[in-house]
Amino acid sequence: MTVNKTYIKSFCTIQNNQISLNGEIVFDTEPTVFSDFSKKAYQHLEMNYPKFFKMDNLSKLAFLGAELLLKNEDDSEIENNTALVFANKSSSLDTDVKYQDSISDPENYYPSPAVFVYTLPNICLGEISIKHRLKSENSFFIFADYNPEFMEKYSNILLEAQKADKVLCGWVEYYKEDYKAFLYLIDTQGKLEQNQELLKKLYKQ
Amino acid sequence: MEALKQELKSKIIEVLNLEDIAIADINDDDALFGDGLGLDSIDALELIVMLDKDYGIKLVDPKEGKTIFKSIETMAAYISENRVK
Repeated sequence: MTVNKTYIKSFCTIQNNQISLNGEIVFDTEPTVFSDFSKKAYQHLEMNYPKFFKMDNLSKLAFLGAELLLKNEDDSEIENNTALVFANKSSSLDTDVKYQDSISDPENYYPSPAVFVYTLPNICLGEISIKHRLKSENSFFIFADYNPEFMEKYSNILLEAQKADKVLCGWVEYYKEDYKAFLYLIDTQGKLEQNQELLKKLYKQ
Repeated sequence: MEALKQELKSKIIEVLNLEDIAIADINDDDALFGDGLGLDSIDALELIVMLDKDYGIKLVDPKEGKTIFKSIETMAAYISENRVK
């Protein structure tokens, strides 16, 4: 199969205590810390998924975005072959630092297993895959900056090689309360044609 | 013993981030794993760390955990007998 054009089926942005879906604000709060914002967003989205509260902040951020874009894609009758291609700048550094803090004092050395399991950025992909029953391709890349060129090429290769029917791409950056998520679902059909200019424009919104 | 059980319920909710569960929701003989609170293997490791950190109990044989962490009742009984903090 040759994929000439690919399309952005839906997209969402999470930043500054606000969530937007396809350009429309769907949830926002007064300025607050991320743990509080993410909890309120979880309640607003009526997710009913207690494991959410065990996740680190990077996973919560990615998970909220994926929930918005994938909840209407889930069909228990059909295997969802949606690949996940995510990236960010700070990897899992926010959690790495927390874990380091828990083991830095020899007199108070109590490493937390629950924190340790999130000291890799791609764990968030596992959390999304479990929730949405995905057994698809997934990759997490670390870049200095948002990189729409790479994401476009990589998602198109996955579709052309028939490794996936759709691709959920995401920039999910979190470090010390500074966060931004921009996720978009790529399909072979649609109205909003994927190109780098559009990806840059949507990212800046 | 009753105070320790309440303390354990509170600690478990806090340490394991059980946001949707209140102290009153946990009965002393409820299973902590499986069909009860539904805790997982990472939670089990956190409980082992909690025993060490808060009560000075080091579990040498992880197999012991299966019996100790069966319920709040069994945890409280084991901690009462073995605590050094």
